[in-house]
Amino acid sequence: MNALAARRPRPATTVLLLILALVLGAAALVTFATRPASASSAASGDQIAQGKALFQASCASCHGINAQGTMTGSGTNVAGPALAGVGAAAVDFQVGTGRMPMAAPSIQAPRSKVQFSQEQIYAMAAYIASLAPGPAIPTAAQVDFAKGNAAVGGEIFRVNCAMCHNFAGSGGALTRGKYAPSLAGSTPTHIYEAMLTGPQSMPIFSDSDISVVGKRDVIAYLKAISKEPTQGGSRLGSLGPVSEGLFAWVFGLGLMVAAAVWLGKKAA
Amino acid sequence: MTTGMSDHSADIAPADHPSHPAELARTAPTGQLPARFENPGLPTHIPRMADLDEKAARRAEKQVAALFGLSILGTLGFIASYYLVTEHGSVFVPGIGLMRAENLALGLCLAVSLLGIGLGAVHWAKTLMPDTEVVELRHPLRSSDEDRQALVTTLREEGRKSQLGRRPLLKYSMLGAMTLFPATLTWQLVGGLGRLPHNDLSTTEWNGRYLGGGKWQFVPKRLMRDPENTPIKASDVVIGSVFHVQPEGVLDMTEGKLEAKGKAAVLLMRLNPSDIRSTKELDWSHDGIVAYSKICTHVGCPVGLYEHQTHHLLCPCHQSTFDVTNDCHVIFGPANRPLPQLKITVDSEGYLISAQPFEEAVGPSFWERGS
Repeated sequence: MNALAARRPRPATTVLLLILALVLGAAALVTFATRPASASSAASGDQIAQGKALFQASCASCHGINAQGTMTGSGTNVAGPALAGVGAAAVDFQVGTGRMPMAAPSIQAPRSKVQFSQEQIYAMAAYIASLAPGPAIPTAAQVDFAKGNAAVGGEIFRVNCAMCHNFAGSGGALTRGKYAPSLAGSTPTHIYEAMLTGPQSMPIFSDSDISVVGKRDVIAYLKAISKEPTQGGSRLGSLGPVSEGLFAWVFGLGLMVAAAVWLGKKAA
Repeated sequence: MTTGMSDHSADIAPADHPSHPAELARTAPTGQLPARFENPGLPTHIPRMADLDEKAARRAEKQVAALFGLSILGTLGFIASYYLVTEHGSVFVPGIGLMRAENLALGLCLAVSLLGIGLGAVHWAKTLMPDTEVVELRHPLRSSDEDRQALVTTLREEGRKSQLGRRPLLKYSMLGAMTLFPATLTWQLVGGLGRLPHNDLSTTEWNGRYLGGGKWQFVPKRLMRDPENTPIKASDVVIGSVFHVQPEGVLDMTEGKLEAKGKAAVLLMRLNPSDIRSTKELDWSHDGIVAYSKICTHVGCPVGLYEHQTHHLLCPCHQSTFDVTNDCHVIFGPANRPLPQLKITVDSEGYLISAQPFEEAVGPSFWERGS
């Protein structure tokens, strides 16, 4: 046996090493796949390349081949805004709620069916985040609403959010067909990202405006009220006097008319 | 009533009177209106089942009693559920979802209790109480001449006996006492409106320090986040963001806090300075950071719906829309005046402060405002 052969690993060691490499690789994959874009440095070059390819296939027609934005060609109307600096959080929100890619140009991109897998969304987010620094996707701890204070969150929500999204988060109308969507069923991460990035008509609530803890409290409040049993029966969408008034006029008056008809009818 | 009825009984005789429409049609030439429509009278009275059949009447009686019994059960159920259903329990109701069990039980029992009485009473009236038509004619409201004359005589006679005419002192002192008396009621009412407002409607906490007697001394105040009550650095305000602001000290107030908040609330926004079209707005801003009163000039709702792409500021109550790029002029809706702008600057530590009070009264118009 020569020196080289002496240093050659035995078959069992090779197998063990292979298993170890597989486990480590899988662990790394899982780590990257679940929370990749918290910082652009965490994203691998492969992921950015994949994201770029996806972006150019699905988004570039409006946002430009290098995400520089495009104009519609009529006046100052923007077909798709430039995306440098919007951050991974904006991509995860817009694509993760199905708002992007938009099916057709319209006044507001509605929430709809999600077109990409979460992994693809993270890849696109990594690509956009690599263009310029922007808000990152919040970590699991930042959106862990179980740790939030719903009472404080309710106070922040009523001052900062309720005028558009309604006291119960049911949404409401804005100008010229735009609207603030209902917050029911939104995931904590998407709520956080919406505050952070200010999608569409919504203003930005940066971490210096509503703090990281404050954002978590707001999410805790929204989750708390969604679980709360109603006090007096159907909420009628929590829309206030419009739906309640309609119900009273239709069913209340209807019942009274029926009673009047019965009163006026002769018994058999 | 009886006399009235018998007087005119000929006019309202029902049934077999020859005034049936068919009869009229025969007497009048086709296509022409008759000279006078005859009184058709009352429709024929048709007796009810309960009038003819004692068995049916007893059945109706039982139905009414059952409804009243249902009401009793409802009331007892209400009392029972008051004690038995726990305060925090919830129950799933199809179509509604999870709801408070106590309110559901109380509401349903109360409905049964009241509906039982109501439905029972109506059913009773319809099946068992007499249903023959009764006609009651109007009679003149005027009293007879003798009665009227007697009243005048009595008043005159008693007035003379009271000696009011002979003793003027009595008359005038009594009149004085009686006219003054309502002052005790109105005094409370007017006094209860509170102290005179002076210039309260034209001043806010941004005016600085209150010296008394409606006078203020201006002191710059920091802009504080509402509700966190922390000062705002100019560098904290990114373009496109919006802060809800109260003057320093207001959120620490123990007395009159809500009134102060309601007047001093301010909305802070940062625009790209090149988007601002008004020179005054730019002068009063800091690096594109503008502060406007949050109180709508229409009826005083909090104007907080800011669309950061169109720079439209919208009031949730009546959809008044203000253009943030142009002095918050009204571009839609019932508001009549632009939102007042608060001139801001930064202090030595970089925190945003007020540079002067609001130049005009915030909120809706009022009598003394002058515009």
